Amino acid sequence: MQLNEIWFLIVGVLFIGYFVLDGFDFGVGMAIPFISKDDIDRRVIINTIGPVWDLNETWVLVAGASLFAAFPEWYASLFSGFYLALLIMLAALIGRGVAFEYRGKGETQRWKNTFDWMIFIGSAVPALLWGVAFSNIVQGVPLNEQHIYTGNLFTLLNPYGLLGGLVTLSLFFTYGLVFITLKTEGDVRDRARVLANKVGLVAVLLAAGFLIWTLIAHFTVIGLLLSAIAAVTLILALVLNALHREGWSFVNLVITVIAAVGSLFAALYPNVLPSTTNPAYSLTIQNASSTDYTLTVMTWVVVFSLPLVLAYQAWTYWVFSKRVSRKSIPNKAH
Amino acid sequence: MSTLDLSRWQFGLTTVYHFLFVPLTIGMVLLVAIFQTVWTKSGDEKFLKLTKFFGKIFLINFAMGVVTGIVQEFQFGMNWSDYSRFVGDIFGAPLAMEGLLAFFFEATFIGLWIFGWGRLSKKIHLATIWITVLGVWLSAYFILAANSFMQNPVGFEMNPVKNRAELVDIGAVLTNTVALNQFPHTITASIMFAGAMLVGVSAYHLKRSQYLETMKKSLRFGLWTVLVGGFGTLVSGDGLGLAMVRTQPMKMAAAEALYNTTDNASFSIFTWGTPDGHSELFSIRIPNLLSFLSTHTLNGTVEGLNNLQAQYTQLFGPGDYMPIIWLTYWAFRWMIGLGALAMLIAVVGLWLTRKGKTNLKTWQWNSAIWMVPLPLLAISVGWMFTEMGRQPWIVFKLMKTADGVSPGVSASDVLISLIVFTLLYGALAVVEFKLLMKAIKAGPNDDLIVESTDSEKLAVAY
Repeated sequence: MQLNEIWFLIVGVLFIGYFVLDGFDFGVGMAIPFISKDDIDRRVIINTIGPVWDLNETWVLVAGASLFAAFPEWYASLFSGFYLALLIMLAALIGRGVAFEYRGKGETQRWKNTFDWMIFIGSAVPALLWGVAFSNIVQGVPLNEQHIYTGNLFTLLNPYGLLGGLVTLSLFFTYGLVFITLKTEGDVRDRARVLANKVGLVAVLLAAGFLIWTLIAHFTVIGLLLSAIAAVTLILALVLNALHREGWSFVNLVITVIAAVGSLFAALYPNVLPSTTNPAYSLTIQNASSTDYTLTVMTWVVVFSLPLVLAYQAWTYWVFSKRVSRKSIPNKAH
Repeated sequence: MSTLDLSRWQFGLTTVYHFLFVPLTIGMVLLVAIFQTVWTKSGDEKFLKLTKFFGKIFLINFAMGVVTGIVQEFQFGMNWSDYSRFVGDIFGAPLAMEGLLAFFFEATFIGLWIFGWGRLSKKIHLATIWITVLGVWLSAYFILAANSFMQNPVGFEMNPVKNRAELVDIGAVLTNTVALNQFPHTITASIMFAGAMLVGVSAYHLKRSQYLETMKKSLRFGLWTVLVGGFGTLVSGDGLGLAMVRTQPMKMAAAEALYNTTDNASFSIFTWGTPDGHSELFSIRIPNLLSFLSTHTLNGTVEGLNNLQAQYTQLFGPGDYMPIIWLTYWAFRWMIGLGALAMLIAVVGLWLTRKGKTNLKTWQWNSAIWMVPLPLLAISVGWMFTEMGRQPWIVFKLMKTADGVSPGVSASDVLISLIVFTLLYGALAVVEFKLLMKAIKAGPNDDLIVESTDSEKLAVAY
């Protein structure tokens, strides 16, 4: 295996890590207005991800920086090309982050409502936009000979891109609802379970269409395999959820996210950003990558750090593994 | 305005804003860790109160540093894509290391620290804050190493085919002399600011004669921190100055507005000159100081702006190689002056509060409160000096700022993002300031340390 192939895989793994973790955060944020009856409900829901949302979000910083280090041309063309889409994403993520931290620090209902809306928008918008962004990366975008993006924001809002966005929106919503079912007790848990199956059905239909479209356009054996796994586990997750086996349902959804994002990377390979203007202008793992020296250095860093990261993050989840209920919410926020 | 001008304004705005929150994070995480260590060792409840109280102030601030930090990483690609293509092979590595080795630590262990009260054993909980210190400081090192490459590019070779700089020696990049000097300077200045925050907050309560026992402790501790941090900033600043003279002589010449190469160069504390700044009408000068700062000898030669301009024109072709002189000149003085003023207040404060005295006059307490922003402003203008002093280069002697901007991004796109960031950041600044003031005014009250007696309840929650 060449170093740039290894790094295509590593970048893929880091983005998968990001979506596996922040994916349910987005769903939890989106669920607030639908399954809460009062402020305590809302605090129960938020506290399911309280100690971990920040570390989950950090995965996007690491994925982004690794993309920069390993494939600078990809990073440069993608981030400058998707300029306004990323601006919207940044504004949403900033709003979500401060809202978690600040909503409990004011007393009035208006204060709390404002931040609840910021959490909702800050979760739904990235959930949608990540799908739009990744389907456009797979489908290709107008790049000129210098690999500079020549489209605009609306170029990204094509049928395939929008369908991809709706898939991630509904999938992450389902994922978050199952997470809430797993992490709470009582009414909130019941409402989350019921809603998860409704939203999940929509996700199944959208995802089926999207995966088939992707397979037709970019057929690979591994893509087919991953798509099949994604589809089967998603349906299994809904069945298990209906049977009150939310733990196994969640495990299946983790696999769904891994397989679905994996299938997109499989469809992309060996390109990293195809050009729809002229295939010769496409960015590939060869022409977009850093030197072997840089990739070797970074490989050592990953080999050393990633196992450690996974170990202490797993431990963190174990520390906060208890369910959150209305009874466990203290009077005052920290 | 062009894409270039707007992109520069946006980078300046978002970076200065981001760095309003970073110093308190870097400095306060250490102070909180020290408070918690003292509490864990001695069991003195005053230090538990201080840990929780200043921990709360730390966290309100920390959140802003985190969310504005995402913008920092994204905008290299968004607004400076040609720069990213040119240096990505080198510059991306410390950024990715920062993520893998530092951000993950920081984000994970701060979560464990906040929500781990009552769930983790005392010792493990104490360890989480110290690991957070490590994460925060490591992240500072990596990002400063990346920035230092822009000031003093090392460890690379040019690839003429791909027209980019390529990494050949990661060790050289990570031990860049500018980074080695910039890091202690940044850390000590940040500790100084955290100390000033302790002083101001304590003075606020002591002036009102409330929370005397805890606030007396934090006042004295804060004053010493400002002094020690200030001293460290001074020493490391001297080292950084020497490194700067070796690596970027133009910046040092611009710091003094020294137009012609001079031996026995003096340092002006204040200059009143002609509007164009090219000749001075009045100044207060310390003889030989600039020579000493630049070379550690009294009569060392300091290169002048005109001489360097001629030299660079020969090397790089016609062009203006000077930064904006009035800006670097005054930024350098404000940086030193504000820092020195904070140290002076700390010395006087230590004298006035000797042997546990708290019978200060109102104006004296007010001076202590108003001292809080001084180190922060010094840090801010210090960065303006070091970044503006690098101009017109984005990577010194390798790439000009004008050549680094994204060619595919229109001026209207950048205008939109500039407006969005200005409004969003402005609104958040108001909220942040309100919450900080609220937390500060509430004081280290008992609410903060009531441990839940109900085992079903979470000790800490949003």
